[in-house]
Amino acid sequence: MSDKPLLKKADFQSDQAIRWCPGCGDYAILAQTQKTFPEITEKKEDTVFISGIGCSSRFPYYMNTFGFHTIHGRAPTIASGLKMANPELSVWLVTGDGDGFSIGGNHMIHLLRRNVDINVMLFNNRIYGLTKGQYSPTSEQGKVTYSTPMGSIDYPFKPTKLALGAEASFVAKTIDKELKHLQAMIKRANSHKGTSFIEIYQNCNIFNDGAFSHLTDRDTKEEQLLRLEDGEPMIFGAEKNKGIYLDGTSPKVVQIGKDYSIDDIVVHNEKDRFIGDMLANFTSSEEFPEPVGVLYCKERPSYDELMEAQMKEAQKDSKKAKGLHELLNAGDTWEVK
Amino acid sequence: MSKKAKLETVDNVTIRFAGDSGDGMQLSGGRFTQTSAIMGNDLSTLPDFPAEIRAPAGSLAGVSSFQIHFSSQEIHTPGEKPDVLVAMNPAALKVHLKDLTPGGALIINKNAFTNKNLKLAGYDSDPTEDGSLEDYYSTHFIEMSKMVELACEGIDLSPKLIDRTKNLCALGVLFWMYDRPLEPTIDWLNKKFKSKPDVVEANVRALNTGYNYGDTAEIFTTRYVVKKAKLAPGKYRNINGTLATCLGLLTAVEKSKLSLTFAGYPITPASNILHTLSNWKRFGVKTYQAEDEIAGIGAALGASYGGSLGVTASSGPGIALKGEFLGLAVITELPLVVINVQRGGPSTGLPTKTEQSDLFQAVYGRNGEAPMPVIAAATPGDCYYTAYEACRMAVKYMTPVMMLSDGYLVNGSEPWIIPNPDEMNDFDAGFVKENLTDEQYLPYKRNKETLARGWAIPGTKGLEHRIGGIEKQDVTGNVNYDSDNHEKMVQIRAQKVANIANELPPTEIFGEKKGALLILSWGSTHGACKAATESLLEEGLKVAHVSIRWISPLPKDLKDILSNYKKILMPEINTGQFRQMIRAEFLVDAIGLNEVQGKPLGASTIVAKAKEIINE
Ligand code: SF4
Repeated sequence: MSDKPLLKKADFQSDQAIRWCPGCGDYAILAQTQKTFPEITEKKEDTVFISGIGCSSRFPYYMNTFGFHTIHGRAPTIASGLKMANPELSVWLVTGDGDGFSIGGNHMIHLLRRNVDINVMLFNNRIYGLTKGQYSPTSEQGKVTYSTPMGSIDYPFKPTKLALGAEASFVAKTIDKELKHLQAMIKRANSHKGTSFIEIYQNCNIFNDGAFSHLTDRDTKEEQLLRLEDGEPMIFGAEKNKGIYLDGTSPKVVQIGKDYSIDDIVVHNEKDRFIGDMLANFTSSEEFPEPVGVLYCKERPSYDELMEAQMKEAQKDSKKAKGLHELLNAGDTWEVK
Repeated sequence: MSKKAKLETVDNVTIRFAGDSGDGMQLSGGRFTQTSAIMGNDLSTLPDFPAEIRAPAGSLAGVSSFQIHFSSQEIHTPGEKPDVLVAMNPAALKVHLKDLTPGGALIINKNAFTNKNLKLAGYDSDPTEDGSLEDYYSTHFIEMSKMVELACEGIDLSPKLIDRTKNLCALGVLFWMYDRPLEPTIDWLNKKFKSKPDVVEANVRALNTGYNYGDTAEIFTTRYVVKKAKLAPGKYRNINGTLATCLGLLTAVEKSKLSLTFAGYPITPASNILHTLSNWKRFGVKTYQAEDEIAGIGAALGASYGGSLGVTASSGPGIALKGEFLGLAVITELPLVVINVQRGGPSTGLPTKTEQSDLFQAVYGRNGEAPMPVIAAATPGDCYYTAYEACRMAVKYMTPVMMLSDGYLVNGSEPWIIPNPDEMNDFDAGFVKENLTDEQYLPYKRNKETLARGWAIPGTKGLEHRIGGIEKQDVTGNVNYDSDNHEKMVQIRAQKVANIANELPPTEIFGEKKGALLILSWGSTHGACKAATESLLEEGLKVAHVSIRWISPLPKDLKDILSNYKKILMPEINTGQFRQMIRAEFLVDAIGLNEVQGKPLGASTIVAKAKEIINE
């Protein structure tokens, strides 16, 4: 790629009117994506956005690339088939907490396990928006919604934890309002070969307003967010005076200065699976800050790469032109005159 | 050769090999089939497997069988009542004896009639001892297990492995009875067990033992000769429906220069399609074992979206799961081939048995107005042409196509003239190459003749566009909720499928062009209907048979054809699904002949019903 992008943000904007509710967090995610893409590709025809059903899944209509708005929960299946047919494409999957982790949970875990080279953007608003406000598999227990008037009795998933459990090779988390960070995560996902999973906390201002306000309000957020940097100690707080300390195998939050120095704080290592698991466990906990950034990233051969290798191997010494005749005439044959 | 046994020429023979799942009956049947094919007989086979993988040895549930009908004439069915029943244990005898022709030959492995096995099969007394069989059948109680044990003395194999060769002993007896050579089987054994010379040796000895037993035991009074059939000239092979289907798919992609991506989930009896194609990577075939049925069709559709030909296969319950994706393929107008190898239903039903009961599911089983072409294969070999046609139409009309076959077709086999793919028509994938305007690409602009939209695949500059499951605006493909547009799109999608009928060849009529009775069939009842029609015609009755390949859309000349017969008989292995469609479409009073017993219809049943109707 040349230094100066060939394409502009406007090249990625389609002519379709955007239909999200005013104030929805999806707008920010769309804008950051359109802004980032000129930096990561020169060929928008090689980019495909695939989605399921839900508010977030309208996303492909607004990107002036190839796009496929499929059916509820099934986007990973279409994306996998597409990538198999043409591994050269840059395939992006946009899904939500209902689409990706309720109706489509099975496809999601298998996509992550196979490590198909696809970038997943999970818009997690912890609610069903398009169907007008039922609790989702990431909604907190006790949530009062149209379908749970006495509060939800379900225990929620932590998507990053589930992704790691499904053997994801890249797991990151960001927030709709963290514009620069969101852009950075999109770029990281793009450069990772294999399935990249980004969970994006997204505010649904109609049905679940403020679900992440403690992570986005100017006054509180720095006390709550653990901004991850590979090779850097896990410190947080407005004064940067708190950190994660490992007491044996148990992490705990400590004050830096008195009893603990910066050298006592755990240093983030994206390739360390145990650190990834620990960070995923911090999600929505009372005790720990909310980690944002790349929790885990370790490349391994992707499904499409392995498939291409097998195809090459199988075709090494075959004369394809003769193939069909040879197959048709295989085994015992006889002539009737 | 024994001097005692006389040689008698017969035209038609049906043999059924039956035994425990572990007795190797499919292998014996398969080898007898191959040898008969090489000898130039026409033939048709019907394997029948138990649903349980490892039912207890000797139990009724564990009985597996293989029937072959072979002849010096042209035949169309795997036969009804066998002339010979090979029963390797009491359970096999119990399950199959009722089908044996009275006076037929009963060949039994005497050693398997132990107290334990008799009890498992529910026999109070040993039928080989109590005289209950001799009066009705020509019985041959042969101590096969003991014979192979003696024959294999000195071979370094466990007694268990030696005992397993008794299926070859039974096969040897049959080869002697029907005067067939042993060499093709010996060659095959040598190839199959190349690295295990002891196994080859044991099996060859068992085969010879059976053959020699026939020759010397003097218990058989007659040997039979079934001469070569007068088949159409050409180069033949034996083929089953699974292989024919896969070859048809491969031919279609070679003729269209497309790549083939097959995605499926394991299910009986469709899995063998996945297995076969998985071995064809050297021909550029990509296969994907999906996490479930939905993912199977999703990945296939995703591959089609990407410019490969996506194909998925399943059976009724799996097709039910794929339903929502069929609708998406209909509205996004992408090519896709969905193969339904029908089995007994509803629900899990009879997984290893055959049925034609998914016709309504294929034609109507989707939400909304979602018309989809449906094509059905008539014989195992016909699966080749059906699969090719399904692919061709899917690409030409940019539509999902459902191909129906069934358990009998994919597992059954017949001699087949090897087609020359060079003589099959090429067809063009016709990818849109560029956008010639300065405007946005219009994904729902159509070919005027077919009404197909363009296949504009990701990666092509200037064609960036969005598709999806929400109603499309005509031409632009933009999301659109307008009521008039919706109605128009519903009509366009229906008309596009109907347009396929414009290029269907004239419907073939076998028999009288006008007359008393038309036997109208679809799918695998073809063979039985044709055989029945042949015999009715021989009796001088004014009948005909028409086999329908395209069920949706129906051929345009069918209406006129139906009007040329006084009565219409529709045999189906369901409760009358196609009959309902024909009655609704043409307002004709078609009469049904319906059996749902998990097995093919018999020609004699059709003959009897036809006569009853004609004489009414
Ligand atoms: S319902 Fe919520 S998530 Fe959906 S568009 Fe409106 S604000 Fe956004």
